[in-house]
Amino acid sequence: MATQQVVAGRQRRTEAPKGLDMVQYRIVKALSTPTPYLTAMGVGLWLFTYWVLCEGLEVWRFTKLPGPVAISKDWFSPEPFQGISIFTQEYYQHIYVSCQRIAIAFAIATGVGVPLGLFMGWSKKVRDYAFPLLEIFRPIPILAWVPLSILLLPGFEGPVIFLATLASLFVTTLNAMLGVDSIDDDYFRAAGCLGSSKWDVFKNVVVPGALPYIFTGLQISIGVAWFSLVAAEMVSGDLGLGYLIVDAYMNNVTVPMVIGMITLGFIGYVTSVMVRIVGDKLMQWQVRELAQQDR
Amino acid sequence: MTKQNASKKGAAATKGAISIRNVTKIYDPEGVNVKAVDNCSMEIAGGEICMIVGPSGCGKSTLLNAIAGFHSITEGQIDVDGEMLCGPGREKADQGADRMVVFQNGALFPWKTLVENVAYGPMVQGALNKAQAMDKAGTMLAEAGLGDVINKFPGEVSSGMSRRAEIVRALINDPKVLLLDEPYRAMDALTKQIMHESLLETYDRTKVTIFFITHDLEEAIFLGDKAHVVTTRPCQLKKTVEVNIPRPRSYETQSSEAFRALLSEVNEAVHEEAVKAFQAGEREMA
Amino acid sequence: MGNSTVQKRSKLSKMLRSTELRRGIMAIFVFLVIWQFGALIDDWTGYDMLGIGLVPPPIDVLITWGDVIPNIGYWQSWVSSFQRVLAGFLVAMIVGIPFGLLLAVNKYFRGIFFPPFEILRPIPPLAWVPASLIFWPTNEMSIAFVTFLGAFFTIVINVLGGARAIDVRYLRAAQSMGASQWHLFSRIILPGTLPSIFTGAAVGMGITWEVVLAAEMISGGGTQGGGGLGFFIWSSYMGGSLEHIVVGMISIGIAGYLCSSSIRQLGILFMPWRRLF
Repeated sequence: MATQQVVAGRQRRTEAPKGLDMVQYRIVKALSTPTPYLTAMGVGLWLFTYWVLCEGLEVWRFTKLPGPVAISKDWFSPEPFQGISIFTQEYYQHIYVSCQRIAIAFAIATGVGVPLGLFMGWSKKVRDYAFPLLEIFRPIPILAWVPLSILLLPGFEGPVIFLATLASLFVTTLNAMLGVDSIDDDYFRAAGCLGSSKWDVFKNVVVPGALPYIFTGLQISIGVAWFSLVAAEMVSGDLGLGYLIVDAYMNNVTVPMVIGMITLGFIGYVTSVMVRIVGDKLMQWQVRELAQQDR
Repeated sequence: MTKQNASKKGAAATKGAISIRNVTKIYDPEGVNVKAVDNCSMEIAGGEICMIVGPSGCGKSTLLNAIAGFHSITEGQIDVDGEMLCGPGREKADQGADRMVVFQNGALFPWKTLVENVAYGPMVQGALNKAQAMDKAGTMLAEAGLGDVINKFPGEVSSGMSRRAEIVRALINDPKVLLLDEPYRAMDALTKQIMHESLLETYDRTKVTIFFITHDLEEAIFLGDKAHVVTTRPCQLKKTVEVNIPRPRSYETQSSEAFRALLSEVNEAVHEEAVKAFQAGEREMA
Repeated sequence: MGNSTVQKRSKLSKMLRSTELRRGIMAIFVFLVIWQFGALIDDWTGYDMLGIGLVPPPIDVLITWGDVIPNIGYWQSWVSSFQRVLAGFLVAMIVGIPFGLLLAVNKYFRGIFFPPFEILRPIPPLAWVPASLIFWPTNEMSIAFVTFLGAFFTIVINVLGGARAIDVRYLRAAQSMGASQWHLFSRIILPGTLPSIFTGAAVGMGITWEVVLAAEMISGGGTQGGGGLGFFIWSSYMGGSLEHIVVGMISIGIAGYLCSSSIRQLGILFMPWRRLF
């Protein structure tokens, strides 16, 4: 089953390229479109503007903020001027603490929210009782819970994790419920015809059928968890990336502040991608169907 | 659980005889009564292919749904092999593997492969364990010409293949009745031909009772033993046309005189209803 | 056929008798009872039932609320918060919708400006607060900026998604009837994107409230009178009154709900051809 090698794209293929050939093919193909060049241009333009405003021309109040040069100098140096770089242990401590909190919050929210949402979608009875309560609590912004959670829960970690969990929980539950709603009636009927018990229906129709919505919900919920976590960390003052940002601000060192922001953005993005990858793994049937359509 | 049946319609295996008697179904959406079926009666012999023909939205699906146990009926009674399915005292039949449905838009579980789909019924009913079920499913799929794709997902194969697989999924449970609700509606004419031949071949092997709803008149005459023409909403039996063309049938049959004669007979009966339906602006009902 | 008034009346009475409503009311009732009892049990026995007892019971909250309502400072908080929310939200819509549409419609614009946008988007809006406080000369402007950011990203993403999802057949149909570029844009792309604009607006509104709240709690309310509902909660916390905290929470919940509801109603008004979620 030999595949033809790409020779300046001239050879005809009889089979789809595999493995390394496929990677090569994709790269060559991508480079022939304007997209990567535009992206480079866009990012370059943005970085340039940023530099010009903060360091190059020192426009107006932009001087108060650190420019890209100042940031990279500190971030990548073993002896950072303002205290945080990829070489300092403190940096990783903050990252670790925030990530740990997110992991706990996300795990609890998913572990409670998904089953709850699935039951709410599946059983009208459960939904009739639970949904009104959910809808009453949902409009209350997460941050409004801050004072109450500080008073009711012990220590520092408690309120912080509680807030992130709560935010995620609402999103996850709602999406799981909507996921069950989205399942075509015919699948339930087919399962019934085939002699399924209620539990069979739950395992074989409700859970897989709701998965797409569940994972969309999980991607949103992890974003929301980060949002709430940062807010809580900024207010409750312990460790963590949110705290790093506020602390740097308080101590007038702006570089760690921006490093914190960038790191947050990056890690937030990575966690979101991780959720998506897990989703793709579990929903092979969707991935393969889309591949058929060459998407 | 097969029951002993005393059928008067003669000959060998007559399981799956359906008796629909004076069935009326009234929906109540939004407080406005909708009479879908009105005092409809028909008899379907065991082992026969029975085609239900009529215009859109006239309530044909309602009958199928009642037999399958998806909806209740308001009045009347439906029996299968002499035993009451639904009727006075029990308005909604239980769903069961003795009456398998093949759905219009296809209801193979998208998250299971074809072989997993087919094996699902026996596994879940406890009739076979997993290994046996997968084995039997694989064999039956191969018999239906799908041997190469048993491990693919429904989204990866053509509609013709997935519809055939769905029929296999129904038949592996050895049902008394196969309920088909316009299963080939969304297909092009060429694929339909293949589907017809495949269905007939399956029928010749298993002699399962088939209750088939369609718009396509040629399909009705080609496949059926009887074609029941029903009126627009509310649904009533208007005319029954007996199709005496001998089996096995092939596509040459379609050009025979007998075929053409039957076709025009059915056409006459249906056309009147089709015009009425069109004027009433019917929309497809569930 | 038939009289619509009779049908409407029977529909309403049907709804009132429905199981769904009964169960919902029962659930809320049971919840309130447990809440009230939790506090009472804590008073009598000192056992706080996992913290439920520590929260002030509904009756106390209502009494406090009764005290607060005639106080004009309370209503001024409402006004302040609303003002901030609307300001940030409106600017986000004014800037975000055209930006999103431009991204959707012009692939060169998208190629250049989408990557930086996507790089900045994962940074939580509140992480911008300190930087914003440093940069902007006044507190109010800093809060406004962060509020704007919060809603902006959401609105743009939704608009982009909606515009790109418009069935290309609508465009082709219009083109074949001789539509100009502008016509295509104003008559097809714009209305076609409306649902996504409203979805983005609804979600963005939620984020805006969160951010305004956080900003009010952190920065102490700014220069206007009242200081906003966030400040109300924070000062209640400082003052040690749990009842006021809960009153504040419920008030904000109501305020947020009113805003989302209005957006949904506007959506129905602008898009009669669709039923929104």
